[in-house]
Amino acid sequence: MDLHFGDSKPTDEEREAVDALLGPPGSAWETAFGDAAVRSDADLRWARGGRAARERRDLLLPGLHAVNDRVGWISEGALDYLCRRLTVPPAEAYGVATFYSMFSVKPRPATVLHVCTDVACAAKGSAELCAGVEGRLGPGSGVSVERSPCLGLCERAPAALVVRAGAASGPDAAAGGGSGAAVGGGSGAAVGAGHGSVAEKPYATAVIAPATPEAAVLAASAPEAAEPEPAASLAVPQAGQPGLTLLRRIGVVDPASLDDYRSHGGYTALRRAFELGPAGVIREVTDAGLVGRGGAAFPTGVKWKATASQPDHPHHLVCNADESEPGTFKDRVLMEGDPYSLIEAMTIAGYAVGAHKGYLYLRGEYPRALQLLGNAIEQARARGLLGDDVLGQGYAFDIEIRRGAGAYICGEETALFNSIEGYRGEPRSKPPFPVEKGLFGKPTAENNVETLVNVLPILTMGAEAYAAIGTEKSTGPKLFCVSGSVERPGIYELPFGATLGELLGLAGKPENLRAVLLGGAAGGFVRADEMDIPLTFEGTRAAGTTLGSGVVLAIDDTVPLPRILLRIAEFFRDESCGQCVPCRVGTVRQEEALHRIAERTGAAAAGDIALLREVGRAMRDASICGLGQTAWNAVESAIDRLGAYE
Amino acid sequence: MTAIPLGVPRRLVEFTLDGQEARVPEGATILDACRAAGKDIPTLCQGDTLTPKNACRVCVVEVEGARTLAPACSRKAEAGMEVRTDTERARHSRKVVLELLASSVNLSTTPRAAEWIKEYEAKPDRFGPDAARVDEEPRVDNDLYVRDYDKCILCYKCVDACGDQWQNTFAISVVGRGFDARIAVEHDAPLTDSACVYCGNCVEVCPTGALSFKSEFDMRAAGTWNEAEQTETTTVCAYCGVGCNLTLHVQDNEIVKVTSPHDNPVTHGNLCIKGRFGYQHVQNRD
Repeated sequence: MDLHFGDSKPTDEEREAVDALLGPPGSAWETAFGDAAVRSDADLRWARGGRAARERRDLLLPGLHAVNDRVGWISEGALDYLCRRLTVPPAEAYGVATFYSMFSVKPRPATVLHVCTDVACAAKGSAELCAGVEGRLGPGSGVSVERSPCLGLCERAPAALVVRAGAASGPDAAAGGGSGAAVGGGSGAAVGAGHGSVAEKPYATAVIAPATPEAAVLAASAPEAAEPEPAASLAVPQAGQPGLTLLRRIGVVDPASLDDYRSHGGYTALRRAFELGPAGVIREVTDAGLVGRGGAAFPTGVKWKATASQPDHPHHLVCNADESEPGTFKDRVLMEGDPYSLIEAMTIAGYAVGAHKGYLYLRGEYPRALQLLGNAIEQARARGLLGDDVLGQGYAFDIEIRRGAGAYICGEETALFNSIEGYRGEPRSKPPFPVEKGLFGKPTAENNVETLVNVLPILTMGAEAYAAIGTEKSTGPKLFCVSGSVERPGIYELPFGATLGELLGLAGKPENLRAVLLGGAAGGFVRADEMDIPLTFEGTRAAGTTLGSGVVLAIDDTVPLPRILLRIAEFFRDESCGQCVPCRVGTVRQEEALHRIAERTGAAAAGDIALLREVGRAMRDASICGLGQTAWNAVESAIDRLGAYE
Repeated sequence: MTAIPLGVPRRLVEFTLDGQEARVPEGATILDACRAAGKDIPTLCQGDTLTPKNACRVCVVEVEGARTLAPACSRKAEAGMEVRTDTERARHSRKVVLELLASSVNLSTTPRAAEWIKEYEAKPDRFGPDAARVDEEPRVDNDLYVRDYDKCILCYKCVDACGDQWQNTFAISVVGRGFDARIAVEHDAPLTDSACVYCGNCVEVCPTGALSFKSEFDMRAAGTWNEAEQTETTTVCAYCGVGCNLTLHVQDNEIVKVTSPHDNPVTHGNLCIKGRFGYQHVQNRD
């Protein structure tokens, strides 16, 4: 590998941010080629780095986060320094940095206010929120306002998220901040006052939902002083009710306390797993009939068995917590309300598939989940529930959290691997499947949060009792994310087989319900008179729709449907990775056609609808991954089932 | 072309191709089998010297039992597979993909594109006059080659050739996302400020003319480029002892560009800056 670095230098602040992650550089070659003052005699004889450094390429994304968290954007000097430390070609790192929406390679203010404009928030007035915020925060305000895809706060729409770059808060933060200020003041003219003030202010985030323009602006000016978020249990209207399985601890346990988790039945499932042995765990999960809850509904037992039986080692476990489907927020509520259950479930899954390392890929827009899961992992490690000898059983397992940086596509399982590995989050072609060649080219089992959390009741109640819940083909309890025009939005747990009407009855169905978006942007619409659709995989399939990730977004007749469809098309155009032609260009053509017919119906729209059908069919057939394959579903169902544009 | 290369014998995989029995060595793709059987499947991003990225999706075929179509260029033939290459469904996707491409970029210098557009009755104009196009000015920032984004279909071949598949220089990458994704060097700088070593191997593999020799670019602009009048002579590079093959493209007794035969077992079409661009001394007649 012949690497070429430019002569742009990092500021002291950027260098500190990277060194805090990677440790101090081992050789002058890693710091700045040509900087004779720091070169030692040893540096003149050999350069350390090489393969050892290249094998740390997966630290590229954490490195970009480190710089972005500290400074607010990623300069040429910072990127080149990071590349030097990891021996990553700068062109590739630039390709990665520009892939994610939470990063910027152009100067911007240290404070970024993300305002959600996605389906649920759009229905609750995000347009007015954006206008109000932008009216108050003009240029020069030191805050960059960015329209964001779904922030996963749909039950409290409209939502906003403030991220303020700054020094990591902690004992060593003061020293780092001081030297950063001197450099920032000198070179940061383009960023203006925002840059200089970074050093005095620590990194902070604030979630405001439901947001008013006043509250959002106030939080943007002082995120550390923003009102704390309401407890996660408030997103669970059934919290505390008897009969819950997956949600039974939410609102009951203290999410920060391992002892409290254990006093509420925590870690009994892991003990049972050790009694059963890995093959026994897989047998229980298979017999329970558990299928993946992320949308694809693949049998979990089959996936685990296939991974466990691969001769190639090491095996990996990946928890997909990159929940970015518009309208989905169940994984966030689980992680915020009961974080230890995910840690325990990942340990069991890792044990079953023979993995010693689990990666928890968490979407970048969930600061509270990040903090709570980080705490849970630390506590579990301190108490011997993670580490070299879990529960004294001689099994080594540990979990590392990886933060996403704003890319819906990274929820696709193979794109997620690329993202962790430090490449652009583009999906890989399958076959080979992840169970054979997944993360780092090794056998990998990847499950989403809700799927993993289901393993706990399977082990504590037994496969038979679990399989008795729900229907024959869709077993167990299921979480639904109910949002939009309902009285009590939130996460609901029901056994598979309940009808859509029963679910909406719980949530407070509006009188003037027009349609329900099932499964999120990649799902489909159903009509208000289709309330008897059973909420099972087979039942929704028979009704010509899908359960997807469990989104139930109610839309009443005051919400303009063409605007919602346009928003869905915009979402896919923005989130397409751009790798394959049907998706890269098809999503653009779909949006253009919907713009043309936004105000039209009948014959005036017919030509464009025919065009949409043709493009949509090719996207479904020929796209590489699920994003392109499902990008036309919702619009198609709105045309066919709701008679949009008639 | 034969689907059975010389070398270590490999097991044969038997499957059905358009209802006919087909036998290809293990590891061969559906496209290899199609070509061996004399079937013409359109391909854009597939190249003979690189692992296909299967990004263009113009070679899709129908595999019995699969939910979606499969790219023939990279899906390996499996025993018992039933493949159909010319179904209505596959033809529909190819047609739409050609329309999507031709409506967003300029395929005028893409070999066979016009022929396929006609064959599949693709109508790129039907997305309307306001359909988004790449529409960017060519970037001319050095004397050796030109980047014309208006012709780029993002096939990733140049990235692969510059990266770990051939050159190991890693000077270019895909940057940005979605329709805004582009091939670029670090920080989107001019080529002269990048890691580029001007081997021209990216130009060699570019299937659309988005990367072209400055000589060709200038002659096309002046209207003097005439491939019909060019002769091609393959010779040995005189610079060093490796012995790379050069194919000199000569028009009006002037070398207008240099390529290299892809079937050369040593270089597979790769050259260095000297072999690719250092030819002026041969025709210095002062």
